[in-house]
Amino acid sequence: MRDKDLIIGVLGIQGDIEENVSQTATAFHSLGKKGEVRVVRHSKDISGLSGLILPGGESTVVSNLATVNEDLLHKIADAVSGGMPVLGTCAGMIILSTRAYDRVIGQTKQKLLSLLNIVVERNAFGRQKDSFEADMEISLMGKRPFKGIFIRAPIVSKAEAGVQVIAKMEDKVVAVKQDNIVATAFHPELGSDNRFHVHLIKSASDFRDRINVMRGVGFEPTNP
Amino acid sequence: MTISLVPSEFEQKNIHRRGSSSRSPFAVGTTLVKRGFAHMQKHGVIMDVTNVEQAQIAEDAGAVAVMVLDKLPFDVRLAGGVARTASVKVVQEIMDAVTIPIMAKCRIGHLGEAQILEEIGVDMIDESEVLTPADEESHLWKWDFTVPFVNGAKNLGEALRRIEEGCSMIRTKGEPGTGNVAEAVAHIKAVNNDIRRLGSLVDDAQELIKVSRQLQSSLQIVEETARLGKLPVVNFAAGGISTPADAALLMNLGCDGVFVGSGVFKSDDASQRAQAIVLATTYFDDPATVLESQRMVDERKSMVGLDTQNLALRMQERGPSV
Repeated sequence: MRDKDLIIGVLGIQGDIEENVSQTATAFHSLGKKGEVRVVRHSKDISGLSGLILPGGESTVVSNLATVNEDLLHKIADAVSGGMPVLGTCAGMIILSTRAYDRVIGQTKQKLLSLLNIVVERNAFGRQKDSFEADMEISLMGKRPFKGIFIRAPIVSKAEAGVQVIAKMEDKVVAVKQDNIVATAFHPELGSDNRFHVHLIKSASDFRDRINVMRGVGFEPTNP
Repeated sequence: MTISLVPSEFEQKNIHRRGSSSRSPFAVGTTLVKRGFAHMQKHGVIMDVTNVEQAQIAEDAGAVAVMVLDKLPFDVRLAGGVARTASVKVVQEIMDAVTIPIMAKCRIGHLGEAQILEEIGVDMIDESEVLTPADEESHLWKWDFTVPFVNGAKNLGEALRRIEEGCSMIRTKGEPGTGNVAEAVAHIKAVNNDIRRLGSLVDDAQELIKVSRQLQSSLQIVEETARLGKLPVVNFAAGGISTPADAALLMNLGCDGVFVGSGVFKSDDASQRAQAIVLATTYFDDPATVLESQRMVDERKSMVGLDTQNLALRMQERGPSV
């Protein structure tokens, strides 16, 4: 019952939104928590969230939203700057970064949130026929290998101080963590392994508890 | 698992590995990677383009991918003759100019065109009835390719047969190049109604066998679809979409995204219209935003429509019947 106010948002503009919703639901189930998953489409949907997922898709399409619904992106930036845990996968990682360029085309004009101090090379492994799946060692997620699904995936070409590298593929950085932000070049929402989503829920739960203590809500007393 | 992996017995023969080392842990062209690409297109708009300029307009408007073809479907009707895949040069120029995924059409059953498109490096191939079919007996066996395919379907049986052949995405056929959305609506409703009927038969093996015979599809994929309550791959709308309201209509019917063919670049307000259709597709369930998107276009600038009942060429009827 303690988790009824634990709400994870999934940015619902474009991409694999439902896949993240269902992966988060399975992660809640694995943890035995009763949380809620909310698709975030308008700026009002941000209030009450304890964690947020920026799903995979085409980063240019989500960037394009900035011209239509700037308020939503501002609200997301405020929430993440305020310490709310966020998981960005593929396009989500690009949106969070400070600079992105395409492997072939070069600098792109898309708008970015500039919350995560990394430079991203888009489509770094090549086109779709070069997309692949591969097992990786990710110590943050435990000993068992994690199957990364890389679809026209980007890489982190430069990580500034304060950014922790959590996964590499062929010596290329493909997952990073900076304080409350976790970002992956691959798609943890597509496979059957929900450890990244479990990690997000745990961080979101801690964040929610800290906020409640600050607000003086504290914990609900348990009935004897 | 959020991506359906049935049927997969054909996939195993075709896992290519990256690099020369057979110990390399990379697996390319797997069902997960191919269907996963299609999942990334969801809630997006894929726009038909014939040159670099149109591709850039589409990307700037927020298209999730572009579909390269030699002539827009409306112009295919005007030109008559044989419609083939686009020039290699044009496909390459567009690949060098935009960062979003590039798709291209090949003729139904035309192995040669499909091999060329895969070799150039397009991100998805549309085995399309908009072009003149090259094989009246069989569609391509798409499991043999590393690149994913999208196919058209006007009912559940067609959709399941194409998925059995290895396609990673389905779109309605609609009636392309007409600016008339009625056929696409009919097709998505037919698929949805049949899936709803299947859903009630999940535990009835005898009925499922009968349905699989009616649909001319394997029992395995019929069972899988009944269990999922939806197609095992993403399902887009296509054929005749020309206004933001058209896109919102099809999204409301449960499509995962839309293709716009002649609707954008046969109109007189292409750039505005492309943006408006993207906005309506994203916020299809929010009438205020759909209104805002419809305000961005002028009906006097929409493409001239064609009555789908009296067409000289019904593209949806072309190609192999099974």
